Amino acid sequence: MNTPTPVPSGTCRDAPILKERGQREVFCGLTGIIWLHRKMQDAFFLVVGSRTCAHLLQSAAGVMIFAEPRFGTAILEETDLAGMADAHEELDREVARLLSRRPDIKQLFLVGSCPSEVIKLDLARAAERLTQIHAPHVRVLNYSGSGIETTFTQGEDACLASMVPVLPTTDQRELMLVGALPDVVEDQAVSLLTQMGIGPIRVLPAPRSAEAPGIGPNTVFACLQPFLGDTAAALTRRGARMIQAPFPFGEEGTTLWLRAIAEEFGVDEDTFDRVTAAPRARARKAVANASEALRGKSIFFMPDSQLEIPLARFLTRECGMEAIEIGQPYIHKGLVGPDLDLIPAGPTISEGQDVDRQLDRVRAARPDLTICGLGLANPLEAEGLTTKWAIELVFTPVHFYEQAGDLAGLFSRPIRRRSLLNLEAAE
Amino acid sequence: MKLTVWTYEGPPHVGAMRVATAMRGLHYVLHAPQGDTYADLLFTMIERRDHRPPVTYTTFEGRDLGEDTAGIFKQTCQDAYDRFKPQAIIVGASCTAELIQDDPGGLAETMNIPVPVIPLELPSYQRKENFGSDETFYQIVRALARPMDRTPAATVNILGPLALGFRHRDDIEEVKGLLYEMGIGINVVAPFDATPEDITRLGAAHANVVMYPEHAETAARHLEKTLGQPYTKTIPIGVGATHDFVAEVAQICGVEPKKDLSRLRQPWWSRSVDSTYLTGKRVFLFGDATHVIAAARIARDEMGFEVVGLGCYNREFARPLRALAKQFGLTPLITDDYLEVEQAIADAAPEMILGTQMERHIGKRLGIPCAVISAPVHVQDFPARYSPQMGWEGANVIFDTWIHPLVMGLEEHLLAMFREDFEFHDEAGPSHHGGHAPKPSDAGGPAPQTPRHISGTKMDEPRSDEGPAPTGADVMVWLADAEKELKKIPFFVRGKARRNTEKFAADQGLQEISLDTLYEAKAHFAR
Repeated sequence: MNTPTPVPSGTCRDAPILKERGQREVFCGLTGIIWLHRKMQDAFFLVVGSRTCAHLLQSAAGVMIFAEPRFGTAILEETDLAGMADAHEELDREVARLLSRRPDIKQLFLVGSCPSEVIKLDLARAAERLTQIHAPHVRVLNYSGSGIETTFTQGEDACLASMVPVLPTTDQRELMLVGALPDVVEDQAVSLLTQMGIGPIRVLPAPRSAEAPGIGPNTVFACLQPFLGDTAAALTRRGARMIQAPFPFGEEGTTLWLRAIAEEFGVDEDTFDRVTAAPRARARKAVANASEALRGKSIFFMPDSQLEIPLARFLTRECGMEAIEIGQPYIHKGLVGPDLDLIPAGPTISEGQDVDRQLDRVRAARPDLTICGLGLANPLEAEGLTTKWAIELVFTPVHFYEQAGDLAGLFSRPIRRRSLLNLEAAE
Repeated sequence: MKLTVWTYEGPPHVGAMRVATAMRGLHYVLHAPQGDTYADLLFTMIERRDHRPPVTYTTFEGRDLGEDTAGIFKQTCQDAYDRFKPQAIIVGASCTAELIQDDPGGLAETMNIPVPVIPLELPSYQRKENFGSDETFYQIVRALARPMDRTPAATVNILGPLALGFRHRDDIEEVKGLLYEMGIGINVVAPFDATPEDITRLGAAHANVVMYPEHAETAARHLEKTLGQPYTKTIPIGVGATHDFVAEVAQICGVEPKKDLSRLRQPWWSRSVDSTYLTGKRVFLFGDATHVIAAARIARDEMGFEVVGLGCYNREFARPLRALAKQFGLTPLITDDYLEVEQAIADAAPEMILGTQMERHIGKRLGIPCAVISAPVHVQDFPARYSPQMGWEGANVIFDTWIHPLVMGLEEHLLAMFREDFEFHDEAGPSHHGGHAPKPSDAGGPAPQTPRHISGTKMDEPRSDEGPAPTGADVMVWLADAEKELKKIPFFVRGKARRNTEKFAADQGLQEISLDTLYEAKAHFAR
């Protein structure tokens, strides 16, 4: 097997990290609710927060969801803050009203926000109390999606971590895949592993609470997303063991991720090749087509989705791009270490943000493509820079072989578009 | 604590951002945690602005809370001044920073920043976005506008247009045109494109034109009190209102009410025979009070619609809306609860909704056509083309916009005549909408499949299979023939037909609706 050998010295794992503090231009962890509530079909996410939280959720959704969504905000009002009303009583009342309206709900997440944390509203206690009130029909959990504790995709991590303590115990040897991916992608992963004879395979989060995976000392798990550090730690505390690998983006990432699991389960090389050969070839071909516009182009990652390091690995190694700066909100080497190992030293690795100073670096470097949040994309385009919004990377199926070409396409489309448009007056 | 699914207004600091983003040379230093920076995308994505909003956030984190968040604010304020060198700074707190009580205004005052620093007190847990914009603009005007000599010729200021406003960019041009025709000069337009230096010159005008009371009334009152400038009360949306506006401005400024009506087409478009089909269309109006009040007059007097319901989400302006509703013989819906609005619309079963972005969703869910008349609006309501709501061209635009979602004149008849044609059927929607036809859902649309509550004409999705089937005296059963006939009625009147039939049946004490009941009800309600 042609495992790519990590560059022996001078990879990004040991590169110095530029740590910055200043204005951060990122979403808070509440944003994760937008995809989590679609993934978990009997769950409701109740943010305990302010009007700002509610406004964020509907604005970040970009297009609003037309049906009544399975999330809402219990907006704190003056009387809650002034102690004129008992916030816990108010919360109990709102939850009771909500659950009577939605009898299909089996899991309720109380999601903490900046205001609820600053006033130290104890949502863990509330969740315990509400679980007792509404058991056995509804289980109430809590996590924080606040902007003072979490950034963007960290909200999913906090949510999944909150589910770990209540997972049933099992002694079965099982593989658990961790992360909320679109169903089509999840199915592909499960299918590839099943064809290798690996199983049983369970997924966290399960689409319905009754299907929640068990966990125990014989569980091994692999993360599907590079932002699930707290969940991984919680799973480890319950005796499960993590399989480390680069993340399954692109042909190479997918192969390495699958191989790590295959090795854990003692899959022989012939079987591995038989299962992966055809999709690998398809992925290589698709990436080659889609990445034509990317070869030799430079790329700058503003910190946003936490996918930056694995994507930089994909874009530099499989699409021929050159990374100038790879910024991530925070860097957890226990998760992204294997990806860092594969990126040759050179690009600046930065953690945290001081957005104005970082924009100065973008303007100085004038990269061919800048990955950034929605607030920055159009202003940079107006300065003549080509951008790709990071949020699309978490809203689009991009993992595994069959999506490798689409993933490259997400980055090449803005570049192709710029070359296609001819908007100046004819001379 | 109040459970909210969707909100009509953001928090008040977003209102302040709308003022800051509309202006030039002003910077907003906002004490806020990192997630609050989402608000930038409202301007860069939804409104497609090509600059970042002039806002610097402190983005404090949890670990800063026990330490020196005040120090972070001061450092951020200094850095923002040094980097952007604005003519003036506004400072304030978002909801979270309000709780930690660092007093950004007081802190900034101690810093010797060499330009005016205007503190904002925007109570996040009591007030909302429109309060934030109105209060911010007022504070800026209060801090900067000073008495001065009036211009020799008659001039006015135009107050109210903001960033992220519904058609504000184009309304400004229409209002300028109306004033130009009367020979009235423009002193300052604000906040849109104004600098703090421009605000200091407000006093040179003879009067103020208030385009949007939601955003500028407090400032206009202040200017009336301190500088003696009268301000206009008429909002020139619609033909009649624009005539009234011209008369009001002419009277205030002592000039002739001259008008150039050469581009006004709306009255003829409305009178022409093709528009006959608009007669008595039942419409439901919801939005901010100013736009709803204007739209109600247009709907009744200039389109020949029947207004069957109206309401607004901004309680601050509920009083004039209540007065208007009385004239229409309606009970106004004053609420910012989206689900309540949806229920009211479902109950009224209108043929068209004139609302906000939210009502567009309601319309989609209920299968009722919808045109947008008010903020909040989404990216598709910031068109590239010139598309005002105010003035003569605004009246033309509104005519086109409102009839666009409807099935047009003869097509409506053809649908009724050949309703079982497999290609030309009502569920395909208006033919000019191509593939994007609104697909009626089982709400206002198709006939009921099962016994249903008449009390709850609720459009609830089946949420649980476990719930007991409704029984009792308030259950109305549609017999198969009647149900089949109801399905033949074009979707845009089916909701009304169903509602009328059920009401008729209930009045008659019937629990089953037969084909005869359906036609008896039709005769009963015939007009």
